[in-house]
Amino acid sequence: MSKFKKKTSTSQDIPTAALPDIIFMLLFFFMVTTVLRETDFLVTQQLPKADQLTKIEKKSLVSYIYIGKPKNTALFGSESKIQTNDVFVEVKDIIKFINTEKDKLSEVERDQITMAMKVDQETEMGIVSDVQQELREANARKVLYSSRKVVLPK
Amino acid sequence: MGRGRDRGATEVNAGSMADIAFLLLIFFLVTTTIANDKGIAMLLPPKPDPNVPPPEVTKNDKNIFKILANSQDRLLVEDEPWEDDPALLKDEIKKFILNFGNPSPEGLDVYNSLPPSMKQFINVAGKRPDSSDDPTEAVVSFKAQRGTSYELYIQILDAINAAYNEVYGERIGLTAEEFLALDKKDEVQNDLYKRARQLIPRAISIAEPDKGGSN
Repeated sequence: MSKFKKKTSTSQDIPTAALPDIIFMLLFFFMVTTVLRETDFLVTQQLPKADQLTKIEKKSLVSYIYIGKPKNTALFGSESKIQTNDVFVEVKDIIKFINTEKDKLSEVERDQITMAMKVDQETEMGIVSDVQQELREANARKVLYSSRKVVLPK
Repeated sequence: MGRGRDRGATEVNAGSMADIAFLLLIFFLVTTTIANDKGIAMLLPPKPDPNVPPPEVTKNDKNIFKILANSQDRLLVEDEPWEDDPALLKDEIKKFILNFGNPSPEGLDVYNSLPPSMKQFINVAGKRPDSSDDPTEAVVSFKAQRGTSYELYIQILDAINAAYNEVYGERIGLTAEEFLALDKKDEVQNDLYKRARQLIPRAISIAEPDKGGSN
């Protein structure tokens, strides 16, 4: 017992000098890992609601195509447009876009590329199906229609 | 100046450093948007080979559940106008898939693999001769026009998928949500998934929209 009694004279304070370091570490972690926003949306993005949603299994295999009415109608008109990365593209340029996206992936993963279609709910099907024809042409057949979760009334 | 020696080691007051860092940390936590990458997954058909003529439709007409959507977002389901909520199509499609009008040997295998609750459902409502022969044959066909809104397209796709997921889920005693949440990397869950999908293909045919009502 006397062995323990000796130690009572030590101070009880927890050293907090390392606290800022720990917090800074967390801070840097969040700063590095967060992507504030990958692209600036040039088109309206009011996604449709759906119930039967599946999650993306591997995020690195996903590329995004945005379709909707341009936000800046004075400059781009009010017709629905396709956006990839930060620019508007025409339907015929989509194959090129998919091929550059596929080049970023490794050889074995190339056929598993998933195109996430972020389409505004006001869009008409014509442009969407034009894009889908191009996806079939480019052999990127996995499609995910991005939607918001809705709770269906029972 | 003479007192300098008494003061001992000089230290920068670092007590508020943690507060500043916390402030920044909270800023980043709040501004970060965690992307909600969820949606309806679909596999597009492979591109048609120009050297091979398009396959003839050999399916019996009663094995195809036809949904048409026009540019005014009105629906035609099995040649009848559909005025209800598109979400209610789910029950119709489910009845259609689980119809055993004239089952083949494979179809009978499917029937025998179903749990008693589903067998009962089929015996009450699912033996109409004018609907699909059996689940292995049933195809849901959906055709939209160029002027159809994407919102309706997704609603219908959602309803079709919901019908299939409910059938799959019920087959292994789960709800549609639980079926969707199955993790295919886990062996046990993957087995369940395969058992649910076995012999009932998710046969959804999306036709290319025709020109009607295009802009």
